[in-house]
Amino acid sequence: MLELRNVTKTVGATEHLRDVSLTLQHGSLNVLLGPTLSGKTSLMRLMAGLDVPTSGSVWFDGKDVTGIPVQKRNVAMVYQQFINYPAMTVYENIASPLRVAGAERAKIDKEVRNAAALLKLTPFLDRTPLSLSGGQQQRTALARAIVKNASLVLLDEPLANLDYKLREELRAELPKIFAATGTIFVYATTEPHEALLLGGNTATLSEGRITQFGPTIDVFRRPNDLVTARTFADPPLNTIVLKKSGSSFLLDGGVSLPVPAELAGIADTSYTIGFQPHHLSLARPSPSAVPVKAKVSVTEITGSESFVHLDFADVRWVMLEHGILVFEPDQTIEVFIDPRHIMVFDANGRSAAPTQMLAA
Amino acid sequence: MARLEETTADGRTLMRQTPASAEAQTANATLARKMRRRGEESRFWWLVPTIYIIFLMLPIYWLVNMSFKTNQEILGAFSLWPRNPTIANYMVIFTDPSWYKGYINSIIYVVMNTVISVTVALPAAYAFSRYRFLGDKHLFFWLLTNRMAPPAVFALPFFQLYSAFGLIDTHIAVALAHCLFNVPLAVWILEGFMSGVPKEIDETAYIDGYSFPRFFLRIFMPLIASGIGVACFFCFMFSWVELLIARTLTTTAAKPIAAIMTRTVSASGLDWGVLAAAGVLTILPGALVIWFVRNYIAKGFALGRV
Repeated sequence: MLELRNVTKTVGATEHLRDVSLTLQHGSLNVLLGPTLSGKTSLMRLMAGLDVPTSGSVWFDGKDVTGIPVQKRNVAMVYQQFINYPAMTVYENIASPLRVAGAERAKIDKEVRNAAALLKLTPFLDRTPLSLSGGQQQRTALARAIVKNASLVLLDEPLANLDYKLREELRAELPKIFAATGTIFVYATTEPHEALLLGGNTATLSEGRITQFGPTIDVFRRPNDLVTARTFADPPLNTIVLKKSGSSFLLDGGVSLPVPAELAGIADTSYTIGFQPHHLSLARPSPSAVPVKAKVSVTEITGSESFVHLDFADVRWVMLEHGILVFEPDQTIEVFIDPRHIMVFDANGRSAAPTQMLAA
Repeated sequence: MARLEETTADGRTLMRQTPASAEAQTANATLARKMRRRGEESRFWWLVPTIYIIFLMLPIYWLVNMSFKTNQEILGAFSLWPRNPTIANYMVIFTDPSWYKGYINSIIYVVMNTVISVTVALPAAYAFSRYRFLGDKHLFFWLLTNRMAPPAVFALPFFQLYSAFGLIDTHIAVALAHCLFNVPLAVWILEGFMSGVPKEIDETAYIDGYSFPRFFLRIFMPLIASGIGVACFFCFMFSWVELLIARTLTTTAAKPIAAIMTRTVSASGLDWGVLAAAGVLTILPGALVIWFVRNYIAKGFALGRV
């Protein structure tokens, strides 16, 4: 069990992490999700022991390991850049942690060949890393992390520099490979959909703070504040500030959005409504859906999906629809908001949903 | 038309497009002439570089030339190559201890200096490349300013200091004195090469469990091997060609070859041939070392910052 207790990290005048507390269990898959500079790498470096926190402490299996150097901890880390030892062969690269640990020759050979087979590196064992493709280089780094059999495995955006197909393939395999070892698996990413595909638990980071930590699906569906919801949305979360009056939120143009039943008791004041781009649609998704008129700004077509950027009142929304949609710019279209899928945040950005719902 | 076809090869393609008008024909002839002239110019592209190389090589050729001549021929008629080639001059150097001892002395202190400089500079350069500490940038620049003072400035304090410690006329005295110039240079060169190695490699090694010394020797040094080679080369060269301090700090036992060469005006007059042979032999080690680091030398001159 890895425990961070009120960890803060400041470098010079900049605060990289502020009061982070986090508990990660053995055999769990944990995703650190946040934009660049949100503190994911700083957090991982603290977990690994490469950096010492400015204040707070790091505990591992009930022992305070705050000041213990990385050599004395059993961790493995893979960087976004492809980091290998260029002067050694792929075989020696993978074998390196075992050699340092003083393992027997036969054991090293077995482990290295197993890991190489797992990551399809067997034909390249005698080559040097720099003569390999980027994907092969990164798989070498991953193989080194596998043979180490560490109790904490940290992957810092390991697939960000790989091509699409390889990324899909490795993303599916990595959790399986490490799940079998009972390690604490930590995976940092900037992409919300990568967190969803990996599953497990997710901690969302924003400006050096952990905004929420919990099962990935829960964090995605029931963010407990606006910052988390924004972090966990790609394309960006659609938002609008509305006034609640009785049983409805009032939209411009005389349209009203019914307040979800479980939120009926909240006070009549201003709220920020958020909803995901795929909850804005051209066809009426349910009888309770509310039609609004919005002006098309740009349409981005990715092939199977279209992202339609819309101007509604003074806000910009994105609608995600299947298929290829063609609109004239400045064309006014009717779109539907599904009130079953809206998230409601109060003036402080906290979720307006009752707490028992958040806990669920 | 016919004349044009004779004069230029390119004229053929031109000609096909030529309309029948006389004006166009004259225009075409001018063009053909222009092209021909340009072609003639490009035939002499080698001229300027060749002259330049001749100028560069002339003194060296003359030195080699002299080293194979007898004194009579050197002082006698002008000759572009030795009329009666002789290796007697070289034999003098290889048999007379007062000559070959000079080479041995030079090589001893140059090698000592190179080893000391690079050994000391490696950890220093690593610190400058990897850690931020108070005044690191100023210190780094100050290192280089050591190279800006002429060696003559240091000759007096060195002489006085080494006399006090009884180090005068020893190899280590010269080797240490040359460190004043070579350590900063080696630090600069090595820092450049080290900064080209991502810091993450260091961290990955620590994560793998390497201790610092083991990481430095097993992982890091092979990565900057070419940088170490270049640093060695520069230390070797500067120490090899430095004359003033080496001469000040030695009398007989550790006297360098350059000092011997410049003191050869003896009672029997100037022995031109032997002196020339000594010169040739002094150039050789440098040329040999350059051959080994030729692929990295440009990066070395840029202090590793290419």
